[in-house]
Amino acid sequence: MLKQVEGSHAVAEAVALARPEVICAYPISPQTHIVEGLGELVKSGALAPCEFINVESEFAAMSVAIGSSAAGARTYTATASQGLLFMAEAVYNASGLGLPIVMTIANRAIGAPINIWNDHSDSMSQRDCGWIQLFAESNQEALDLHIQAFRLAEELSMPVMVCMDGFILTHAYERVDIPQQDEVDAFLPPYEPRQVLDPAEPVSIGAMVGPEAFMEVRYLAHAKQLSALEHIPRIAAEFTARFGRNSGGLVSAYRTEDAQTIVVALGSVIGTLKDTVDELRADGMKIGVLAIRSFRPFPLAAVRAALQNAQRVVVLEKSFSVGLGGVVSTDVRVALSGLQLHGYTVVAGLGGRAITQSSLCRTLREAVAGKLQPLTFMDLDWRIVERQLEREAKTRRSGPIAENLLRDIGTVASKVA
Amino acid sequence: MLQIRIHGRGGQGVVTAAEMLSVAAFAQGRHAQAFPSFGSERTGAPVVAFCRIDDREIRLREPIMSPDVLIVQDPTLLHQVDVFQGLRPNGYVLINSRRSFEQLGLAEVAARFRHERLTTVPATEIALKHLGRPLPNAVLLGGLAALSGLVSLQAVTHAIHDTFSGKVADGNAAAAAEAFEYVRREIEELSRAQAG
Repeated sequence: MLKQVEGSHAVAEAVALARPEVICAYPISPQTHIVEGLGELVKSGALAPCEFINVESEFAAMSVAIGSSAAGARTYTATASQGLLFMAEAVYNASGLGLPIVMTIANRAIGAPINIWNDHSDSMSQRDCGWIQLFAESNQEALDLHIQAFRLAEELSMPVMVCMDGFILTHAYERVDIPQQDEVDAFLPPYEPRQVLDPAEPVSIGAMVGPEAFMEVRYLAHAKQLSALEHIPRIAAEFTARFGRNSGGLVSAYRTEDAQTIVVALGSVIGTLKDTVDELRADGMKIGVLAIRSFRPFPLAAVRAALQNAQRVVVLEKSFSVGLGGVVSTDVRVALSGLQLHGYTVVAGLGGRAITQSSLCRTLREAVAGKLQPLTFMDLDWRIVERQLEREAKTRRSGPIAENLLRDIGTVASKVA
Repeated sequence: MLQIRIHGRGGQGVVTAAEMLSVAAFAQGRHAQAFPSFGSERTGAPVVAFCRIDDREIRLREPIMSPDVLIVQDPTLLHQVDVFQGLRPNGYVLINSRRSFEQLGLAEVAARFRHERLTTVPATEIALKHLGRPLPNAVLLGGLAALSGLVSLQAVTHAIHDTFSGKVADGNAAAAAEAFEYVRREIEELSRAQAG
């Protein structure tokens, strides 16, 4: 059924349609509306049987999720930013134990400086934690990916993060098609655990493993993630067959057929990039976009196949590795090893900086003209950067950086965008 | 694509106004996208929210820098924020005030735009009358329907009932209808004055 709703509400409805039996969460912006919505559905009895557990921290949220999943319950939680960092130890445990928990990451920057706005630093910080990471382009895709995520997680017995841009998606009202309960029931069978804490057949889960088998357990996790490279497109194809729309998969290409330049990105910026590509194509530039839907496992072969005929690849990312540069671009480079391609990394949108079509057009024109630096921070305000560097060169006690910069730029409340 | 920017202050329902406008457009079979400016909202602080309306899927997710429509929920913002920034030459402007553009000191700004597309409506007073609270957001959407015809009053009323329930919904719907009539009469008077 078509509805005009907030992204968080759409995701809450999708999760409810997946019939989770335990939901535990601790509120943190911009994820809060999702679990609030689910809390209301549990309280009203619309989602039953399901236990909603308020916990005292994110660490507790993931710990409760581990317990309930190990007890055989379909389990869901959501978090963002510092919340994800606070639960990090338990996040690794959930995947190490092979528990099919589904978690929404409402992507948000990590402090300091404290910042509630969107970028991808939070989920990228857990890139190597052993969870599958899927990225949504729109609220429709976020909704669809949650339904697919439970199926994928339980088929593989492996947890899945569905990453959606905080505020940009979670707080945006747009049209979504919400499936019927019977359609979702037909797509997502009841959870049949591979391992379960059952008093009738007691087992222990979480043994200490020494050097004799630790590597083998880790290798099996890797092999299982690699097998997800086959599960993800198959589940996406089944989803399309049943629900009539394309969502998910490993990658998604837009106007890349004859493209000499291809932009690679994740998440909601793909929408703005598609409009940008249309504008540049109208000017005769042969350009396209490749959306990476599955960041973990990273689809090396699919990325290589999509990019290998281009002359130039621009990876646009909302996070970066301090002291190195791009995170996504490092992985893209692995996919392209041996190929002679011009590669650029463009870091954009950190801490909620708006990514505008005009800045993208300018940056991509520079890339095509060969004038772009290999690592570019799009729309960086060099004036305030240089002012701070001068201050530091002049004075030993130059003071806290964030406060200095805020003083330099003055009040921001009066700005429109 | 039609782009609407709404300025107001924390607590005035600026974000809700953009969301309701998107629901109204959706009710008329159109694609719509509404989103806030994502500040840390505090009561009284300047807030901006955005709405895009189109006949096809909306992919663009940047803030609206060149709006076709501007709604100002609090006229005291006129001295604090450059609300007219980027407004398109053919744009519509609706300001919550009892006073006219000239009385608000906006004669120079008004001269840059089509004056039949600029108007004010005493939305706070209308809201107080129907709701007993100074919440101008839904009221202004009624005024916008009359000023621009970009959404119908019926769709706005639908969106109000989609967002609120009971007395609050009824009061807002009545207030929006009154603002619609108020703006419609203003426009009629203006066109009579021009004809005369």
